[in-house]
Amino acid sequence: MIELDRVSFWYHGQPEPVLSEVSLSIGEGELVLLAGRTGVGKSTLLGTLNGLVPHFTGGHLDGEVSVDGVSTRSRPPREFAHLVGVVGQDPLAGFVTDTVEEELAYGMEQLGVEPPVMRRRVEETLDLLGIADLRGRALRTLSGGQQQRVAVGSVLTTHPKVLVLDEPTSALDPTAAEDVLATLARLVHDLGTTVLLAEHRMERVVPFVDRMVYLTGDGGVVDGDPAEVLRDTPVAPPIVELGRLAGWDPLPLSVRDARRRAGPLRSSLSVPARPSRVDGAELLSVRDVVVRYGPIVAVRGVDLDVRAGEVLAMMGRNGSGKSSLLWAVQGSGPRQSGRVDVDGVDPTSMSTVEARKVVGLVPQTASDLLYLDTVAAECAAADRESGAAAGTCRSLLDRLAPEVDAARHPRDLSEGQRLALVLAVQLTAEPRVLLLDEPTRGLDYPAKSALGRMIAAIAAEGRAVVVATHDVEFVAAIADRVLVMAEGEIVSAGPTARVLGDSPAFAPQVAKILGPDWLTVAEVAAARPAEPR
Amino acid sequence: MPGATYYLPRDLHPMAWWVWALGLATAASRTTNPWLLGLILAVAGFVVVARRGEAPWALAFRMYLYLGAVVVGFRVFFRLVFGGGEGATIVLRLPEIPLPEWAAGIRLLGDVSAESLLGGFYDGLRLATMVVCLGAANALANPKRLLKSMPPALYEVGTAVVVALSVFPQLAESVVRVRRARRLRGGDGRRFHALRAIVIPVLADALDRSLRLAASMDSRGYGRAGTVDPRRRLATGALMIAGLLGVCVGVYATLDGSTPRVLAAPMLVLGVVVGLVGFRAAGARVRRTRYRPGRWHLPEVLVALSGLTVAAALVATSAVDPTDLTPSLMVLSWPALSWTPLAGVLLGALPAVLAPPPEPALGRVPA
Repeated sequence: MIELDRVSFWYHGQPEPVLSEVSLSIGEGELVLLAGRTGVGKSTLLGTLNGLVPHFTGGHLDGEVSVDGVSTRSRPPREFAHLVGVVGQDPLAGFVTDTVEEELAYGMEQLGVEPPVMRRRVEETLDLLGIADLRGRALRTLSGGQQQRVAVGSVLTTHPKVLVLDEPTSALDPTAAEDVLATLARLVHDLGTTVLLAEHRMERVVPFVDRMVYLTGDGGVVDGDPAEVLRDTPVAPPIVELGRLAGWDPLPLSVRDARRRAGPLRSSLSVPARPSRVDGAELLSVRDVVVRYGPIVAVRGVDLDVRAGEVLAMMGRNGSGKSSLLWAVQGSGPRQSGRVDVDGVDPTSMSTVEARKVVGLVPQTASDLLYLDTVAAECAAADRESGAAAGTCRSLLDRLAPEVDAARHPRDLSEGQRLALVLAVQLTAEPRVLLLDEPTRGLDYPAKSALGRMIAAIAAEGRAVVVATHDVEFVAAIADRVLVMAEGEIVSAGPTARVLGDSPAFAPQVAKILGPDWLTVAEVAAARPAEPR
Repeated sequence: MPGATYYLPRDLHPMAWWVWALGLATAASRTTNPWLLGLILAVAGFVVVARRGEAPWALAFRMYLYLGAVVVGFRVFFRLVFGGGEGATIVLRLPEIPLPEWAAGIRLLGDVSAESLLGGFYDGLRLATMVVCLGAANALANPKRLLKSMPPALYEVGTAVVVALSVFPQLAESVVRVRRARRLRGGDGRRFHALRAIVIPVLADALDRSLRLAASMDSRGYGRAGTVDPRRRLATGALMIAGLLGVCVGVYATLDGSTPRVLAAPMLVLGVVVGLVGFRAAGARVRRTRYRPGRWHLPEVLVALSGLTVAAALVATSAVDPTDLTPSLMVLSWPALSWTPLAGVLLGALPAVLAPPPEPALGRVPA
């Protein structure tokens, strides 16, 4: 179905090729995962499949890409609309019309499909994806998971042979992510669609895929059975790391397989001793906070306490009020009633300059905070804004992410580096409490563990850290305590092991395999009896 | 005979509502009789209340009413300020402000007569009624569906407008987001420096978004030309340009009395015909279909007809018996009213009963 014949690709003005001499042959009905570190060219490789690369992006492509026997060399992307369906990273940005039904029909209108056929396919697709009850809704009012499914539906209506998805689950809560993946698996099984997807958060995807293509970063690829490819890649989900640790061969990819093998490992481990709670002084205290937008109540009388040196994770589905609560605590967002107390002061009562010295917030789109041309200029501005000694921000940045080139444009940095820059900018003001909203989006496993180390270091300085995230594995690795929100209320709160271990939706993979006492591979590694492998 | 499906809730073809509203507006332009104008307003308001949906544009009708009131207010106010002295019944004596000689012909304040105030009121009311009629069309017909029912040759333009319309809320959203983020860095959003801190992220965001939208539209087949041979494309282009030129010359000749008459009406007609042929040809080469296009059924015909009847009734009356339509301002009296225009305008209220009710807003279904 898809043939790549010695494909190399350069962006203009860059000496190193993004892809070099890549040859792949993907058959009909395969579900293929594209993995690799951030910036190795996963999106580029996906873009070559319908000719967006190089027709839309520019750059130089050598070799031949063909889909269903048609080469992308001679034809623009629009001539592939009936063959290849592309769903981008941010589905909302790709929507052309404004209601679900019209969006599903849009692609067919362009192809000139007959109206009765269009009508039938729209209805079929609504049912196939389970979104029939959303048909008249405005696209902007949908939740992330719903938008993602509509985006998949909108390219399915033209009956493409190949479906290409760029990070389809990275912005979704665990349940919505499962929904989208189940939908994709169904397409592969029922319709024989070939699906290619790139994903950083592989733990949920790996059990579904038939084949894995790992981009090594020097332009080459490793192609093969997921269990084989994952044997020694630097990006690996916890289940694989556990398998490597235990020396399982072949590597189990689903929780079910791993569980069957886990008996001996489980019995060899002694239950880990966790400090029951962080014993710093109470730093942040939130009482009865209410946030509402007109008739919609986002946060419904929430109480919250965080101690110095503690890392608290907030979870809950999209739109459950996590972000609104963070903004209300920082004092920049609306808050209709309730008290926030940080070490005796309320950030809302202070000027913005003073407030950020008490509570710092890194918002979901961290790049909103950056507006200057170079990293150096951003750092200098941060020092000025906080009244800190010159060089403070830069030294923080060096600690968080060494070797960030001072002359580079912040927008050209990798996701992880940009996040580190924003963190450094916010930490320059030395806030006692640091709030992070969805920081792991677009980060690969090594970048995520680096972020985890940054957060641990910040907490160790006696600050309190609150992280809102969907990423279960990340929470398992960093948090002391977890609270789960729904409908603007706290539905469960407690030590990480208890909250995550209890819940079927939020349990990390290691807990699913070894039982609720174990959360991360690192814990297992530490508790293993020292024996030669 | 209307079938069983006649009254099932559905959105009428937007064109039907526009024809109806333009009919009412044409009727309003023919009269200054306050009774008739008031009646037209009442008819428009009645139909809007009876047949509008719950969408945001439907709720904007109130804005047009305010706008109408402002128009009337301004007309009367201008008569007060710039000389309202014509007429015998002086109701207000204001001190006249002497103006220099070069401003001869303009009077500031001074005596104000009832006749002149009334004239201002009638005039303003007529304009306000026309504005409200257009507002009624806007409230009843989804503006985006109107764009969608444009001829295929204008499809690209329509898409561009729809995309542009959806960009504005996004831009506003991103300004709000960036301003809020700006406060996190201690900016208060007042200084010029702060302006840059907002404009740059917003613009970068907007550019990113439009690139992603363009990539998405491209990969979904937008602008698939298909295989049109260049000679045909050249021919349609030539036809459309020739038609446009013809229309320009025709309009110029019609307005300017000194040009030969051959260049006026005949040229205009010829230009329009050639242009339409080009339009048709351009549309025919577009291989694109439309999902659930607006349908033109009996209710649409009735709605459009009722609007046209109102216009016809008043145009006919203005030809036969113009005095009732433009009440005298020489002698102050209650304006008279005759049965023909009254009955004609009342026909405009029929869509409130004859049109099927709009579809309930699905957007309000809770998630």
